[in-house]
Amino acid sequence: MNKTFIIIEREFLTRVRKKSFLLTTFLTPIALAALMLIPTYIATLKDNEHKEIAVIDHSGLASSALENSEYTTYTFEPAKSLDSLKKNFKQQNLYAVLEIGQLQNNELTSVNLYAQTQTNLDVQHSIEQALRNEVERHKLEQYNIAGLDTILTSIKSNVNVSTIMWDEYGKEKRSYTGVYMGIAIASGMLIYFFIFMFGNMVMRGVIEEKSNRIMEVLVSSVKPFELMMGKILGIAAVGLLQFALWILLTLGIVAIAQLLLVNPAEIMAAKPAIADSVSMMAAGGDPAQMTSHLLPSNVADILNSINFTAILTSFLLYFLLGYLLYASLFAAVGSAVENETDTQQLVLPITVPIILGIFITMHTFNYPNSALSFWGSIIPFTSPMVMMARVPFGVPLWQLALSLGLLALTFVGVVWVAGKIYHTGVLMYGKRPSFKEIWRWIRHS
Amino acid sequence: MSALLSAENIVKKYANHLALDNVSVSVEQGCIHGLLGPNGAGKTTLIRIINQITALDSGQVWFDGRPIQPKDVQKIGYLPEERGLYKKMQVGEQAVYLARLKGLSHHDAVAQLKIWFDKFGIGSWWNRKVEELSKGMAQKVQFIVTILHRPKLLIFDEPFSGFDPVNANLLKQEILALKDQGSTIIFSTHNMASVEELCDYITLINKSKNILSGATDEVRRKHGSNVVEIGYTNKSIELQPLLPEGYTFVSEEQKGGIRLAKVACSSSSDCNVLLQKIMSQVEVKSYNEIIPSMNDIFIKMVS
Repeated sequence: MNKTFIIIEREFLTRVRKKSFLLTTFLTPIALAALMLIPTYIATLKDNEHKEIAVIDHSGLASSALENSEYTTYTFEPAKSLDSLKKNFKQQNLYAVLEIGQLQNNELTSVNLYAQTQTNLDVQHSIEQALRNEVERHKLEQYNIAGLDTILTSIKSNVNVSTIMWDEYGKEKRSYTGVYMGIAIASGMLIYFFIFMFGNMVMRGVIEEKSNRIMEVLVSSVKPFELMMGKILGIAAVGLLQFALWILLTLGIVAIAQLLLVNPAEIMAAKPAIADSVSMMAAGGDPAQMTSHLLPSNVADILNSINFTAILTSFLLYFLLGYLLYASLFAAVGSAVENETDTQQLVLPITVPIILGIFITMHTFNYPNSALSFWGSIIPFTSPMVMMARVPFGVPLWQLALSLGLLALTFVGVVWVAGKIYHTGVLMYGKRPSFKEIWRWIRHS
Repeated sequence: MSALLSAENIVKKYANHLALDNVSVSVEQGCIHGLLGPNGAGKTTLIRIINQITALDSGQVWFDGRPIQPKDVQKIGYLPEERGLYKKMQVGEQAVYLARLKGLSHHDAVAQLKIWFDKFGIGSWWNRKVEELSKGMAQKVQFIVTILHRPKLLIFDEPFSGFDPVNANLLKQEILALKDQGSTIIFSTHNMASVEELCDYITLINKSKNILSGATDEVRRKHGSNVVEIGYTNKSIELQPLLPEGYTFVSEEQKGGIRLAKVACSSSSDCNVLLQKIMSQVEVKSYNEIIPSMNDIFIKMVS
């Protein structure tokens, strides 16, 4: 055990001191924080250039529809022609010329916006919106309804669907599907990414020892199994440290940026919107519906409804067990070859379940309680990813316990087999072994 | 004298072939024991079994008078033929790591390594990366790490490969010094000249079997073909007709005014008879029993 510790120490220290580790550890949070802050910052930027738009109105509707706003002024020029306005475009410092066609059968024949530079989409939308409202209003007026204005204001309404879940004690809790989905995607993907990245790191480490020929020196001092476990655990420590630093640094950078850059209320409003925009991309949902329950006043409630302790604890457990399971397989593959190009075929049986896991995970974001999601989160090889995608939505304790228990048991079995492959593999030089040969190593060692 | 290590009736089967077929080797305390054999004979397998890297199928390895135990690896220093270091690690740090894996404390490892590094003239390389070392320097580091924990048994597999003659000689002196300090050494090599120079005992393994073992001198003498070389000066008299019964003339050559005749004896016991007979006729300058080199024995036994 003492020797395993010396190995863990070396594996950990040599990796943590590498420039690449320091770079990814410190740059990723900056990138993440930027990813969170830049959209917020951009959202706070307004188009504050003053725009003067000349309007030639043939319909007679525009004067009441188009209202000047802070940065846009509409000047009605009934006397001037389009050509003369175009000619004096520069002198008059115009942004655009809006020509509205005549009204025929209660529809506008044409609306054209002339400009020398590409017009702002916002401007275009606000004109469309204003004119559409005015035309609709005009049509309604044809019915001669008394007190139309009052009716129109009184029928405006807003519908939000709140999802509420209750537990076995009858305690009710609001659920925020969009937010949960965001967290589910983030944690499912993160587990996938961690298993793959650090599993590969283990494999490369073993290959390095083999191709360097240091393996033979090492195995005369320590048992191959100690060597394998030392490497796997040392790299696990690297992963955990990196993860912890990422969380701390990202939170730190966001906190500092909040103080320095933008006012807090806007950030608070924007934060869930980030998670939300991610989930929207996956679900293809309607933005208006999504944002409706993400008003700033709801943020505290949303944050309260998320069980961060449960998510973090299960993330750590699934990361560790999932990583241990796959890392020992990666170590076994590494032990069988002498350079990385030879790994492709042997790595396939490892990558297939991982890829399968990530496919099920994508399904789980939308259907956290389907049969596929359930079995995917119980079966050991896919459970780390799939279960992490389910946890934010709430998972019964017995399912978590079953899934973790099976994962731990499988890990023990897989490590035992991987240890056997490793034991034989590390001292074999020459041609890359076939699956048949590896099977013989397992049976005979 | 007693055996520090003895391997008895070792059998090791791999899937397709028998790597060791009932091999027994006994390594005397305080001696250098040469382990010889062509490539693929089973030497490395035997060494790995002694190091407990590979499990044996049947047989028994005894160490220090009792069956070998896992913790005995601390008392063995092994310099494998296929040896390397972590390229990206610093030389000193790497050496300390390997020494700690052999059971030395961090403090002891650093203190002793500093002494050895200075002795081998690589002290200034402590903080450099391994990849900056020349092959010879890396070999020195590996040699130091192998012997640092003062093991009772040292196993060197082709220790001189990659060394220039000056450094090979330095290493040879160190190996002999280790022997003088009481270390027992197993020495595996294809360089037969160094076997004659260093080894007290040899074991020759061929095709998974121990085909020859014993003290180096005895082995060589035993394989002598009872040929003697007589140097004499006489211009007119030929040696051939003078030979008594039981002696046959093999060849003769001229070297710097001395005639060197090779004569085969039927039995080496009565060489005095031969000498008496010819001394009256010619002036004898030298008389040598011709002992075959290890190289000759190796080739004769293996082919």
